[in-house]
Amino acid sequence: MLIIKNLNVYYGKVHALKHVSLHLNRGEIVTLIGANGAGKTTLLNTLSSLLPVASGEIFLEGNPVAGLAADRVVSLGLSQVPEGRQVFNPLTVEENLELGAYLRYRAREPKSQIVADLERMFAMFPRLKERRRQAAGTLSGGEQQMLAIGRALMARPKLLLLDEPSMGLAPLVVQEIFRVIERLRSEEGTTILLVEQNARAALKVADRGYVLETGKVMLEGDASELLKNKDVQRAYLGRDKQEIEAAGLA
Amino acid sequence: MEFFNQITQYAISGLSTGAIYALIGLSFAIIFNSTGIINFAQGEFVMLGGVLAIVSITALHLPMPAAVAVAVVGTTAVGLAFERLAIRPLKNATPLSLIIVTIGASILIRGLVMLIWGKDTKALPPFSGDTPIEVAGATILPQHLWIFAVTLLVIVASRLFFHHTITGKAMRACSFNRRAASLVGIGVGRMVLLSFLISSALGALAGVIIAPLTMTAYDVGVMLGLKGFCAAIMGGMGSGFGTVLGGLILGVLESLGAGLISSGYKDAIAFFILLLILFVRPQGLFKKGETDRV
Repeated sequence: MLIIKNLNVYYGKVHALKHVSLHLNRGEIVTLIGANGAGKTTLLNTLSSLLPVASGEIFLEGNPVAGLAADRVVSLGLSQVPEGRQVFNPLTVEENLELGAYLRYRAREPKSQIVADLERMFAMFPRLKERRRQAAGTLSGGEQQMLAIGRALMARPKLLLLDEPSMGLAPLVVQEIFRVIERLRSEEGTTILLVEQNARAALKVADRGYVLETGKVMLEGDASELLKNKDVQRAYLGRDKQEIEAAGLA
Repeated sequence: MEFFNQITQYAISGLSTGAIYALIGLSFAIIFNSTGIINFAQGEFVMLGGVLAIVSITALHLPMPAAVAVAVVGTTAVGLAFERLAIRPLKNATPLSLIIVTIGASILIRGLVMLIWGKDTKALPPFSGDTPIEVAGATILPQHLWIFAVTLLVIVASRLFFHHTITGKAMRACSFNRRAASLVGIGVGRMVLLSFLISSALGALAGVIIAPLTMTAYDVGVMLGLKGFCAAIMGGMGSGFGTVLGGLILGVLESLGAGLISSGYKDAIAFFILLLILFVRPQGLFKKGETDRV
């Protein structure tokens, strides 16, 4: 589905991604974990063509992505839910969702299909339906996150990039977001690349994971294995050395 | 009674110039919202509208509707060339340097028109005669009615465009958050070009409909542009009713001030209002404070 080969990206003068290689299979949820500044968001923004590729290759279903304009990437089937939601505050909930299908309108797709998808989003996120005529800026953080996800789904992406979907949300809302992510895979068959600070929750929903440190892939493997990995536990799951050793003895 | 009639008269002519300011203000706001720059060449688009219409009628002997079309299409072509040649190549420039580019463009356009057209002041014939109509003791010229009608039409059309078409919604989205707009596949460059096209067409239209009342010369754009800018500032640089209201208020105040105090103060009034608003309410007269959720 997605293949990244030996990718190098500079963010200003900083060498932000160093020889990164990774891949996603169709229908997989893959998570990218790492500390702040490890290059996770840089990777997603490079995939969305918001940042230029210095060297390396990116293929989405065999199509080269590097160097394309941002709107071409979306039309190839890659949509991003950006960090901090970034919904269009002054526009209504419904308008935000419609704009998710902007390229489908431009491609003159029958309006009935787009409206059907709009109703599908409202079925998936009933609270958005209640607020469809409200300005997006008046929604709660969790609702805005749902809207941002819905907006991305309106493009009918094959691959969805989710950047920190749980950031700044209450624990109950975070649970809801992760349930949505699981449903997207099971009901829609969407392939998902998930970037999360909340590594534990991310590894629980994911099939596989990559650990990024200062722009390099340090570790990769099945999510369940990464959850058990001692280095991952210490660095990202908040367990200290003694706890891990105690657990190992028990 | 005499006094009351006078006030009505001032109000009518104030509203009609105010409507022009409103149109120009809207054209400022449209470019500002999509690019974050104040296009100081906006006034030249207004001047070009009037000049092209007069040339079409006097030199090319076109009928009025065709002349209006030539003026609007011709000015829009200049807007297109301006965006392509002067704005787009400077992709990563700061708004400030782009604003300076627009000032340069305005001087260039004004200079070229002066060279080609001369320094004479000319008038466009009114669209439908100049027999005044008596209303409540004041006289309205048919051209005033044209101005009101066209302004109303533009307001309705822009409301429909920005709120009921996907392209209009995309432009609003783009002006709020360019990055998120490109993530849903909106071509930001396309939206910027479109804003220049709409804005230059709107400016030209304003220039054409006011030309029969105020006469046109190569340098009328400076003042009209600044007044339109003032209207846009009053409306908080929004592309909605605030700017329209700002234009109308400005027009009426100017006309009352000129009539009751002295016509010498006409421009001073506008700029006094502009400064006052920039000092006291830089967010515009009618804008409520917006809160952002993080």
